[in-house]
Amino acid sequence: MSILNGLPILSFILLSPLVGLLVILLLPKERSSWMKTAAILTTLVPLALSLWLYAGYDKQQGGAGYEEQLSWVEVPLNKEFQNGVAEFVFKFQYSLGIDGISLPLVLLTALVTAMAALAAFHIKKRWKSFFVWFLLLEAGMLGVFLAQDVFLFFVFFEVTLVAMYFLIGIWGYFHRERAANQFLLYNGIGSAIMLLAFVLLVNTAGFRIEQAGEQASFIYSGSYADILRNMTDPAAWVNMSPEQLGGINPFQMTETMQWVLFIMLLVAFGIKLPIFPFHTWMLKVHTEAPPAVVMIHSGVLLKMGAYGLLRFGVLLFPEQAREWAVVLAALGVINILYGALLAFRQQEFKLVLAYSSISHMGIVLLGLAAFNELGMQGALFQLVSHGLISALLFLIVGSIHERTGTTELSELGGLARSMPFISGVLLTAGLASLGLPGLSGFIGEFLAFLGLFESMRWLTAAGVLGIILTAVYVLRAVLKITFGTQPEKYGALKDARLIEAIPMIVLLAFILLLGCYPSLLTDTVQNSVGTLFEPLFATRAGG
Amino acid sequence: MYEGVSFIPMTWTDMLYLAPELSLAVIFLLLIVLDLFLPKRVSRLSIGWLTFAGLLVSLGLVIWRIADMNQAGAEAEAIHLLSNSYRIDDFGSLLKIVFLTGTALIVLLGLGSVREDEAITDKGEFFYLLLPAVIGAMILSSSGNLITLYIGLELLSLTSYVLVGMRRKSSLSAEAAFKYLVTGGISSAFVLFGMSYIYGVTGSVDLAVIAAALPGAIVNFKALVYVGYFFMLAGFGIKIAAAPFHAWAPDVYQGAPSPVSAFLAVIAKGAALAVLFRVTFNTLLIAANGGDATVSDDIFFALLVLAAAAMLAGTATALRQKNAKRLLALSGVANAGYMLVPIGISITVVHSSNFSEFVYYLVAYLFMTVGAFAVLTVVSRAAGHEELKAFSGMYYRAPWTAAAMVVFVLSLAGLPVSGGFFGKLFILLGAANAKAYWLVAIIVVSSVISYYFYFGLVRQMFMRSGSDDRELRVSGAAGVVIWLCAIVTIALGLFPGPLMSGIDAVFSIRYDLLFG
Repeated sequence: MSILNGLPILSFILLSPLVGLLVILLLPKERSSWMKTAAILTTLVPLALSLWLYAGYDKQQGGAGYEEQLSWVEVPLNKEFQNGVAEFVFKFQYSLGIDGISLPLVLLTALVTAMAALAAFHIKKRWKSFFVWFLLLEAGMLGVFLAQDVFLFFVFFEVTLVAMYFLIGIWGYFHRERAANQFLLYNGIGSAIMLLAFVLLVNTAGFRIEQAGEQASFIYSGSYADILRNMTDPAAWVNMSPEQLGGINPFQMTETMQWVLFIMLLVAFGIKLPIFPFHTWMLKVHTEAPPAVVMIHSGVLLKMGAYGLLRFGVLLFPEQAREWAVVLAALGVINILYGALLAFRQQEFKLVLAYSSISHMGIVLLGLAAFNELGMQGALFQLVSHGLISALLFLIVGSIHERTGTTELSELGGLARSMPFISGVLLTAGLASLGLPGLSGFIGEFLAFLGLFESMRWLTAAGVLGIILTAVYVLRAVLKITFGTQPEKYGALKDARLIEAIPMIVLLAFILLLGCYPSLLTDTVQNSVGTLFEPLFATRAGG
Repeated sequence: MYEGVSFIPMTWTDMLYLAPELSLAVIFLLLIVLDLFLPKRVSRLSIGWLTFAGLLVSLGLVIWRIADMNQAGAEAEAIHLLSNSYRIDDFGSLLKIVFLTGTALIVLLGLGSVREDEAITDKGEFFYLLLPAVIGAMILSSSGNLITLYIGLELLSLTSYVLVGMRRKSSLSAEAAFKYLVTGGISSAFVLFGMSYIYGVTGSVDLAVIAAALPGAIVNFKALVYVGYFFMLAGFGIKIAAAPFHAWAPDVYQGAPSPVSAFLAVIAKGAALAVLFRVTFNTLLIAANGGDATVSDDIFFALLVLAAAAMLAGTATALRQKNAKRLLALSGVANAGYMLVPIGISITVVHSSNFSEFVYYLVAYLFMTVGAFAVLTVVSRAAGHEELKAFSGMYYRAPWTAAAMVVFVLSLAGLPVSGGFFGKLFILLGAANAKAYWLVAIIVVSSVISYYFYFGLVRQMFMRSGSDDRELRVSGAAGVVIWLCAIVTIALGLFPGPLMSGIDAVFSIRYDLLFG
């Protein structure tokens, strides 16, 4: 594979779904099997590339060597009132990069999307546009994790928003339009707040002056690296008080503004995560969207919220995040307990899983709030693990719904008799979800709680309560479906076909693999967490 | 400044500077005569094509003027005609390009739709009357004094009154024309009334002289200066349909033929915004330099309030709108608000790119709005009405046209990847640069609210099935307009750099707007 060295591999990953999208657009309308094949083959390309990338990722070197930068938007600003300025521009770059935090998520995205493409046999109408939006969604998600420029990040974030709107609204179940609208408005508000925060960020922290001899260049940069550098550099304009500069400094970010930005980012990504009480939209999406789309939604899209919170909220505003660590932890505990309690009360299996997602994402918040290496690792591990588990669970939900026409717990039962394979996988996925050691769910929870225990014991204790509740609601639902008396009409149900079995086996294999060899993931994460968070942890130990 | 200088008459070389306007005027006169003598059986579409050709000629002349003036860079001196009553500068020329392109697209759209509209009796007139209207818009963007400005405004308005009433067999059209005539008359009266006060306190109608005399006038007649500017603001507010002066827009757009609605939404609005830009920047900014800045600050603040009101009122009233044309009218109200922002934030030490932000958004707005109106004409002709329901099931009837409409909807909603996204982003960055954070918040909030009704169109097109499942027939000319607009909208969303650099390369705020 050495021929790939030196090529813009990240762009290949990002653009391959778009190429597939164009191919599908050109295929004749009535050939649905061609389109399905093309879509599945397309999703395998980023999967193969990101697997290769993951295998060859040098933990010491990090993401260096993979960065890709192209000038994208360079907007000249009027400089008639700045004397002696050679250049005054807004610069947004097409800039891609990876580190130990984003790489596992890129792989997760590629994996879950490929499995969802296999599972898209549930789709019965308008295949062409389905796969067009589906692949656009994949490109958007990959872009979110790869982008190293705030506006590029935003563009991809919005691409996923629009693609999801269509996917829910056209191919969903009965209340699909309402679910799509609610999704659009909630997430629209989230992205609007995010855009606002980014605009303010670029206007202050993105500003720098480059001196080249006599000539000075005034540059507003959207590049994440520039913003991070300026935020941490005490001599950057953003950190200088007006007195230091002799009167005025329009680029200063006051402490109030830092707080405002941090809270804005917390809300923006909190809606996506979702943090209680911003979660109502995601319940609708989980129940109304088609199974292949929910796999992606629950498996990847929720993770974008956590990733954004980590990358922009915590890393850019460490002071604020640390001061609010208790708040984050409390929100996490609320998510865990609220999600678990409500999951226990649901009669609809999809809602049990939706509330379970809320509960599990709470653990991610706990990991972030721990503010130490263990906690961060736990949070990231939990992201990947929950992505795999929930994708698998919703895949099974799709298969069950296809056969029985329902996902109401009261109407299901005894499926183990007619569908032993699916039931077996469901049971294993359920066990992974409740955190059985040996499966991936355990590691993430364990690390996160261990991390938080160092700093906030009482909240950890409250959170651990959620694990017990999880066991209760998962077993209640799973056992009801697989065992018990089987209604007459379900006697003749067929077990999984090959095309369903493949994604189930693959996802399960990854869950087992991570459960048994967590170092496959933690090693990659560890180094990046170490370097990225070093300043944060160091000051913590000192103060 | 100009006291004692007698009126400077036109010379033949001056006529050359006026070539874009004059060529249109000549073609207009020729077409009137042609329409009169052309036999009845000859299709009036030929007049439409001649109008189109005339607009392209004028467009070429404007581009040639820009190229000629900026050979040595952006800092070319403006050319003054007739004692500074008419200015040839890059501010005007850039806007003329926008107006001429827009009108050409609208004529093209009319070529596709007018033939089959039986309510329009005089099909030739429909086309050539667009010419004086666009000449009015050009005069507005080039005017250097209040009288020229008023002449441009009236030329634009009077022809638009006729154009709105062009569907003679439709009572809705007559009602719209009457409403537009009355509100337009009030608008002109407001503008004139305001101007008279400005003239009264400064003793001149020349913008440069007003700017010089304003600091003194502010000291002596502060209240009268306020009255003058606020009345002018209200008058132009009606023309650009900014809230609270927007109530006429839905009624008039609904009654007018769709291409004329598009003309009002883009060119009439753009021209009024341009003149507001010129008058406020030219007189108030310089006056603020010379002394008491409170008055100019207040007036700029009033512009921002107008902008905020337009954004919020436009989006809020559009939420429950069931008629697609009224919806686009209200969307135009909100968009007027966005375009008022770069004017109202004035300039600060670190921010003076207002004009490129304004023009970029205007260009994006031109293409997305004309595109949306083009789709609307196609859809409403097939359905026989203009309700949102006409769009239902469009995915099945014309998937590619539906896809183009998605592009326009995304752009109007300000979502990537589209020109509307970058247009809004540049305005946002500018407003944040000028520290108008409250306005930044309002822009963002109103954009989010607008998702609901813009995506209502998407819901109809993709998620509902219509009663009519025949294939939608798109005429050649309308198809060209739709695809041209869609492609440009996407291109502006992918690569906003070239247009912004282009504007920056020719425009100099010092020489093309403030002094010079």
